[in-house]
Amino acid sequence: MKIEILGTGCAKCKALEEAAKQAVAQSGKFAQIEKVENIQKIMEYGVINTPGLVIDGKVVSTGKLLGVDEIKKIIQSS
Amino acid sequence: MWQELSGTIIQDWMGFSGRLGDALHFFLYDTIKIWFLLLAIIFVVSFVRTWVNTEYVRAHLQGKSTLYGHIGASLFGIITPFCSCSAIPLFLGFIQARIPVGVTFSYLISAPMNNEIAIAMLFGLFGWKVTAIYIGFGLMVAIIGGYMIGKMGVEKEILIDIRPTDNKLEAHLVKLALAARTKEAWSYTADIFKKIYLYVLLGVGVGAWIHGYIPTDFIARYTGEGNPFAVIIAVLMGIPMYSNAAGVMPLVEVLTSKGMLLGTALSFMMAVTALSLPEALILKRVISLKLIGIFFAIVGSGIVVIGYLFNAIL
Repeated sequence: MKIEILGTGCAKCKALEEAAKQAVAQSGKFAQIEKVENIQKIMEYGVINTPGLVIDGKVVSTGKLLGVDEIKKIIQSS
Repeated sequence: MWQELSGTIIQDWMGFSGRLGDALHFFLYDTIKIWFLLLAIIFVVSFVRTWVNTEYVRAHLQGKSTLYGHIGASLFGIITPFCSCSAIPLFLGFIQARIPVGVTFSYLISAPMNNEIAIAMLFGLFGWKVTAIYIGFGLMVAIIGGYMIGKMGVEKEILIDIRPTDNKLEAHLVKLALAARTKEAWSYTADIFKKIYLYVLLGVGVGAWIHGYIPTDFIARYTGEGNPFAVIIAVLMGIPMYSNAAGVMPLVEVLTSKGMLLGTALSFMMAVTALSLPEALILKRVISLKLIGIFFAIVGSGIVVIGYLFNAIL
């Protein structure tokens, strides 16, 4: 599983990356986490409200700082 | 009702009287009232927002006429969230969808100006009439300001090359169960409230002190009819105060009750929300300094004109 955090370096984006790391650790699944800061790449995903959360190439959330539990749920269901 | 009760608590039960009693009464009354309104209004706005996000606005505005674009972008600015940290993807995302630069600016002016915190504070402090005037004039600045920027042919001032997409974006409202919406709206409301409740306390506290201790002529002399440059000074002072609408607005209310003209107060509050230095610094990465200058000059002078117009009429 590949998890991407889209964000140009805002505080919320960093917080979302942290939450995603914790969620992965707690879920016991194997996932690769990548922070995408390149604006062109963010645009390609069609996300204009950062931070965005992308799992296996699919945008699952935009503009929201999800909690660890919420991310865990998303990881487990995908 | 709450005004009488808070008076009873301070003056009868706790035994404060005179100036101190007055100031404490004002403090207790205003703080609780504004906290309550903040919670209520932010909740309603973020509940509506669970349907409409910025991606929806972009898809909706794609391919529309310029006139519709300016008006629609300004109106959507009222309900959609805006964080200056998202300004870059938002700006480029609109351009990517071939939404005209002027329309994009209409949105960039309206969204921060009509944010839910400012609206709740205005409503709590000044009542619905002033709030409606603020939103009405705010929309005017956003529509006309965006239109003027669009007419200036500033496309070459965009520093990042974004390939426009020809795909028709699909505008669909966010699907979610009602319970999930309520939960999301509530968690957002609590988040915002935690960030600003202390500013409200501080702002109302200083306001209560001014209310009780600073003489009216002193304030009227500097901010009232006695000072013809009041509106311009107010706008310049408002620029560096971004994101502190919660702390600044209670002070403005007290100054108004002590003789500051309402137009001056409105201009000041619009400058606080609409012209933000952090946002300008962020936008500098995607648009030229010249365009940022044009943006500030047009919005700033629009706000100044509104202030003077308002002072002259009332």
